[in-house]
Amino acid sequence: MTKILRPDLAAIAALIPDGARVLDVGCGEGDLLEYLVSRKQVDGRGVELQQPNVNACVARGLSVVQGDADTDLADYPSQVFDVVILSQTIQATRAPRDVLAQLLRIGRRVIVSFPNFGHWRIRLSLLIQGRMPQTGTLGYRWYETPNIHLCTIADFLALARACGSYVEQAFSIDERGRTRRMHPNAWGPNLHAEGAIFMLATADISR
Amino acid sequence: MAELGIPQFQQSLSAPEADTGQALVFPDSQPLLLDSGRSLAPLTTAYKTYGALNDAKSNSVLICHALTGDQFAASRHPVTGKPGWWDMMIGPGKPIDTTRFFVICPNVIGGCMGSTGPADADPATGKPYGLSFPLITIRDMVRAQAMLLDALGIEKILCVLGGSMGGMQVLQWAASYPERVISAVPIAAAARHSAQNIAFHEVGRQAIMADPEWKNGDYALHGTRPAKGLAVARMAAHITYLSEAALQRKFGRALQNRDSFSFAFGPDFRIESYLHHQGITFVERFDANSYLYITRAMDYFDLAADHGGVLAEAFRGADTRFCIISFTSDWLFPTVENKRVAHALNAAAANVSFVEIATDRGHDAFLLDEPEMFATVRGFVNSVAAQAGVE
Repeated sequence: MTKILRPDLAAIAALIPDGARVLDVGCGEGDLLEYLVSRKQVDGRGVELQQPNVNACVARGLSVVQGDADTDLADYPSQVFDVVILSQTIQATRAPRDVLAQLLRIGRRVIVSFPNFGHWRIRLSLLIQGRMPQTGTLGYRWYETPNIHLCTIADFLALARACGSYVEQAFSIDERGRTRRMHPNAWGPNLHAEGAIFMLATADISR
Repeated sequence: MAELGIPQFQQSLSAPEADTGQALVFPDSQPLLLDSGRSLAPLTTAYKTYGALNDAKSNSVLICHALTGDQFAASRHPVTGKPGWWDMMIGPGKPIDTTRFFVICPNVIGGCMGSTGPADADPATGKPYGLSFPLITIRDMVRAQAMLLDALGIEKILCVLGGSMGGMQVLQWAASYPERVISAVPIAAAARHSAQNIAFHEVGRQAIMADPEWKNGDYALHGTRPAKGLAVARMAAHITYLSEAALQRKFGRALQNRDSFSFAFGPDFRIESYLHHQGITFVERFDANSYLYITRAMDYFDLAADHGGVLAEAFRGADTRFCIISFTSDWLFPTVENKRVAHALNAAAANVSFVEIATDRGHDAFLLDEPEMFATVRGFVNSVAAQAGVE
């Protein structure tokens, strides 16, 4: 049985056309991938770092490769996927710019979701307590966090543009996981959104 | 047309009540054309099946055995009396569930458990082939298996699985007959035999050929057996199937039935005694010339070389679903070689899963109780079956 999708994953799923060829990088236990395969008939593949998660995916009948977004995306041919998804993973990569460039090479469209380090509580925590923030979505101490490259919505937008991509759609994610369409440049979401979802296209297909 | 026969074994059966399986004999009119340019006729392929073929002939699972394996994957071995080598994988309710699937496991050509091999009589002379048996390749083995499936009326295979050399055959199946293979599970395998692996095989072959009893391969005519050479070959090879950590864990420096050194060259250490046992029991069930021929076939295997040096080309346009499995402590067919195949499949935009299983048991892990491997195979095969509409 398909589990009920987390709201942010449901928002990503809503962006994906039926029957698309999809690569989910950092697919975890495959919740989104299974939903896309069973409900949207996508030709879905996954890449996941953690071996137990890969095994869980394969045991669910999903096509998932144990691999590292930082090193293994280079093997994929260019422009073979309609959509490449990087959900809540970019902040844990060693070289986010290289990873994003690879995603834009592999997929015609790239969906990236990430926690927003520009949230006011995070800003306030640093300002008042002078300590690295620990919040619901970022619940690790600074010395044990896997999230080594955190960014704000404005930071991500700048990176997306530096990689030569174009923002087709953007959504903010609130503290309950609900999503709302936003203008990528708006300062409001960068202050109050827990996270964001960007759908990027390479500049040449957006023209 | 091929005729159903009873497999003929060179070795005496210590479990004569065990099911000896079947054999198909292909007449001279249906020769097996070999990569070497020669051909084999008549050709016998011995095989064992488990479960039943459904009416739609859509539930076939092909099992490819390793270098010294055979068709007795899930039933008592008629020569050794031991349980099948993949008894934990195949059977009712097991990961490859024989209440649902029709499992076919053929003995490779060149082998010594009923399929045509160097110990059989050469029809030209009436004497055992010995070294006049043609050199064979992994692709030849797969071609013979395709002939078997043709004769059984099986067009498509739901899944082809195998470990080590069996995994090489799995990859060759997917490359040679992509339209017949719905899914493929190469385990602890590689798309080519490495220099180190060829080197170990050569040590084994030289040990056999250095045994005076080998008689240039004609030991059957002389009534001798190169048992010592074959045992040494097995001992050397067996080390490569384990890992340093597992050897240390199981044996360490423990002594065998003694408290102190003998100051002689007997087997003082338990590891020595264990290796001797491996060598001796192997000789009872395996033919030395078969060992030469099959190791050579593995050495020749290089799937990329057959496709302009680009491995991805071997799988271009394939609809086959792949599930590649490797083991962390396998240094004979290490994860890096398995991953190379996964990368090539990715580069060909093929549908691939890749699972690396943490274990210290080395290459032999694919034959052992590895729950993660069983869960992976079960999930993969079930999903392939569901996708193909097999109940």
